Amino acid sequence: MDDHAPLEGAGIEEPLDLVRLSLDERIYVKLRGDRELRGKLHAYDGHLNMVLGDVEETITVVDVNEETAEEVIRIVKRNCEMLFVRGDGVILVSPPSRA
Amino acid sequence: MLFYSFFKTLVGQPVTVELKNDLAITGVLVSVDQFLNIKLDNIKVVDEERYPHMLAVKNCFIRGSVVRYVQLPAPSVDTALLQDAARRERQQPAAGGRK
Repeated sequence: MDDHAPLEGAGIEEPLDLVRLSLDERIYVKLRGDRELRGKLHAYDGHLNMVLGDVEETITVVDVNEETAEEVIRIVKRNCEMLFVRGDGVILVSPPSRA
Repeated sequence: MLFYSFFKTLVGQPVTVELKNDLAITGVLVSVDQFLNIKLDNIKVVDEERYPHMLAVKNCFIRGSVVRYVQLPAPSVDTALLQDAARRERQQPAAGGRK
C-alpha cells in the first residue's frame, strides 16, 4: 500500500500535494465572484471542495453611482465557524499573505 | 467520496446552504448523494425580505452544482478525523483517479 506513499514534507509530485501540506494550516482561497476566504484547512478533495474552520470571507462589491457613474468599491466581511466550500468556485489556494 | 461520507455524518443537523445566486437556505439536512445534491427539511430562507418567493416551501432538494457554501454546526465536525481522512484520500486516490 505504501510503496511510494508520500510522507509529510516529502513526495511533492503533483500540485495537489502542496494543498495537502496546508492541512491544519490557515490558507487563503480566491473564489469566483470577487470572493476571498481565509481559514484553517480541515479537508479537501480533488475537486478542491474544502472544509474550512474559523473562516473570514471578504466580498468585494463595486457599486456604480447612477448619476456620476462613479465606481465605489465596498468590502463586505463575514465570519463563519465551519464552512464547506464547493470546489467549482475555487480559483486559487495559497498560504495567507502576511499583509 | 470524502465529502459524501462527511455530509452523511451530518444528517439530522441544521445547516445553511448558500447558493451561487446568493440565496441562503437554513434547514435540517435530510440526505446527500454522491453529487452532493442536498435535501433539506423545515427550511427557512435567510433573507426573507429580499427573497419572499419560498415562504410556503417546507422542504427542498438542492442540486449540488448550484451550491456555493454550506455553513456547518462546528461542534458536530470532528476536524482531526477530517484531516486524517483527507490525508488518506490523497495516498490512495479514489477509483477514477488517474495513474
